[in-house]
Amino acid sequence: MKIIVLVKEVPDTYGDRKLNLETGLADREASETVIDEIGERALELALTYADANEGTEVAVLSLAPEGATATIRKGLAMGAGSATHISDEALRGADLGLTAETLAAAIRRVEFDLVITGNVSTDGSGGMIPAMLAELLDVPLATGLSSVQISDGAVSGSRPVESGVQQVSATLPAVISITEALPGPRFPNFKGIMAAKKKPVEVLTLADLGVTADNPDAARSIMLTVAEKPPHAAGVKIIDEGDAGEKLADFLIENRLA
Amino acid sequence: MTDFPRDAILVVVEAQASGELEKAAPGLFGAAAAVGTPVALVLAAPGAGSAAEAAVLGAAHVLIAETPDPSALGVPSVDALAAAVEQVQPDAILISHSLNGRDLAGRYAARSRAAISADAIGVSRDDEGVVAHHSVYGGAYNVTSTSTFGAPVITVRQGSVDARATAQPQASETLAVTPSGKPAARIDSFEEAVAATSRPELRGAAKVVAGGRGLGSEEQFALVGQLADTLGAAVGASRAAVDAGYIPQSHQVGQTGVSVSSQLYIALGISGAIQHRAGMQTAKTIVAINKDSDAPIFEIADYGVVGDLFKVVPQLISALEARKK
Ligand SMILES: Cc1cc2nc3c(=O)[nH]c(=O)nc-3n(C[C@H](O)[C@H](O)[C@H](O)COP(=O)(O)OP(=O)(O)OC[C@H]3O[C@@H](n4cnc5c(N)ncnc54)[C@H](O)[C@@H]3O)c2cc1C
Ligand SMILES: Nc1ncnc2c1ncn2[C@@H]1O[C@H](COP(=O)(O)O)[C@@H](O)[C@H]1O
Repeated sequence: MKIIVLVKEVPDTYGDRKLNLETGLADREASETVIDEIGERALELALTYADANEGTEVAVLSLAPEGATATIRKGLAMGAGSATHISDEALRGADLGLTAETLAAAIRRVEFDLVITGNVSTDGSGGMIPAMLAELLDVPLATGLSSVQISDGAVSGSRPVESGVQQVSATLPAVISITEALPGPRFPNFKGIMAAKKKPVEVLTLADLGVTADNPDAARSIMLTVAEKPPHAAGVKIIDEGDAGEKLADFLIENRLA
Repeated sequence: MTDFPRDAILVVVEAQASGELEKAAPGLFGAAAAVGTPVALVLAAPGAGSAAEAAVLGAAHVLIAETPDPSALGVPSVDALAAAVEQVQPDAILISHSLNGRDLAGRYAARSRAAISADAIGVSRDDEGVVAHHSVYGGAYNVTSTSTFGAPVITVRQGSVDARATAQPQASETLAVTPSGKPAARIDSFEEAVAATSRPELRGAAKVVAGGRGLGSEEQFALVGQLADTLGAAVGASRAAVDAGYIPQSHQVGQTGVSVSSQLYIALGISGAIQHRAGMQTAKTIVAINKDSDAPIFEIADYGVVGDLFKVVPQLISALEARKK
């Protein structure tokens, strides 16, 4: 079984995230970058399966700027066997379409059984890359899984939707995306960190993949304007002296909120 | 063949098992009517497609696509959307930013090489076409986007559009769809969620009362519901409260949960981690009750109470009840 886990590098949500007001792109200097937590959970799922099933190959794949090696190394230190890092200046500010096209081209080069992604990334909130990949790769898609069972030729799980919960299944190869209901990641241990240094990291450019960033047949999403909004300002703060509930009731009524 | 309006906006809505359209439908038609003429594509199980509700919500014309294979996940919807776009030639396609909506938008855009504007909170028009408005990084930035050419596929955040379209006379037809034969996952079974309360939906709610780890247990979390009911508010929660099992994930507010922009947001026993704030800091009035006076939630609270929520909230509820009389 060969499992490809898609991990995205994102600005750390614990820090202040900034957009460049001129380009509309993430200001990479403003915040630390980390592996998106949901990607770590996706990797945890693959590694748990690999722990119990000998002969399972787990590879991580990321499309990220040149400096992203540290986050890819973390995936290897957690236990992935190999990594592919797609990096190209022409991918700066890539929209969902170009991102999906590029990731699909990289996945197509290998015989895979299962692609595992996060349901949504914390920076773009698109939540569409998995669907786009399934379409481009011509394989079944099961998104937003809150529990997953992987077997030899199939994958199944629970899929909460607006009106209830579906039980879904797909034959492999397939693309799935998972939610944060799945277990959090293991910590890389010393052995894992040392072993990661010897694991193969393949670095690919668009030319290696035969993808052109400015394909005239593909419409691209473009940002027209970006404006910063002032943060919500603090108002009054009182310390309860036994009557805070009464005071708060007054505040709500005066402001026609109750 | 029907002549579709030149400024058609294709609104894709799913019919639920109950036969009603998905909850996001009124907002989608409301958004569409502001930038063109809404044309609906209703996706339904066999025998469940109806044009009546879509027309009432503002669709000038309704295309009905009943799936040939209800247990195939997603693919029949993509095939139907491709057929509908072919006929309608819309200026934009609006779809809910729900899980199914995102799958549909992503697959369709990949197939047709259209551009996606994801998680919009509104739409407008400029000289070139339809523009999507987004609130990103937890409401810290307002961004607009569009497509370099062709109709943009726009997913609209649930509960973000208040505008409603005026009802239209019913005009509908069944859409002929050629199946693509693309492989699909199967829906083996479905358990419908029973609406447990008459409380408002969290998405799009005017008032929200949310509880965090400070509630301490599932039993004690009921206090959040009591205050919510006194105010006619929806119930929200922090991720820590969800992780602790106090309340189901569908109530989670924040970065990886629901984003709310309510008139009132009351945070009880929530520290105000940056990922929680990302889902609620665009609320108009924020109230926080927390026993730690350094809790970051106070940095954005219009009215902060430093105190024990188990003392303050019961008093607040009785004060509000007393004044209602
Ligand atoms: C990628 C990522 C995504 C995330 N997404 C989300 C998200 O969508 N939503 C979210 O909420 N979090 C999210 N988090 C988690 C977030 O970082 C915090 O861990 C979480 O919000 C904390 O929840 P809390 O405030 O309930 O708990 P705590 O931080 O433990 O705070 C509990 C608070 O209750 C107060 N308290 C305790 N007892 C009382 C009492 N009797 N009276 C009054 N106050 C009391 C305490 O002073 C404390 O401030 C995310 C984290 C990551 C890394
Ligand atoms: N640049 C990327 N590199 C690798 N994986 C990605 C990338 N962008 C998105 N993904 C995957 O797709 C999931 C959903 O992302 P998105 O559709 O961008 O919200 C993420 O959790 C990742 O697993």
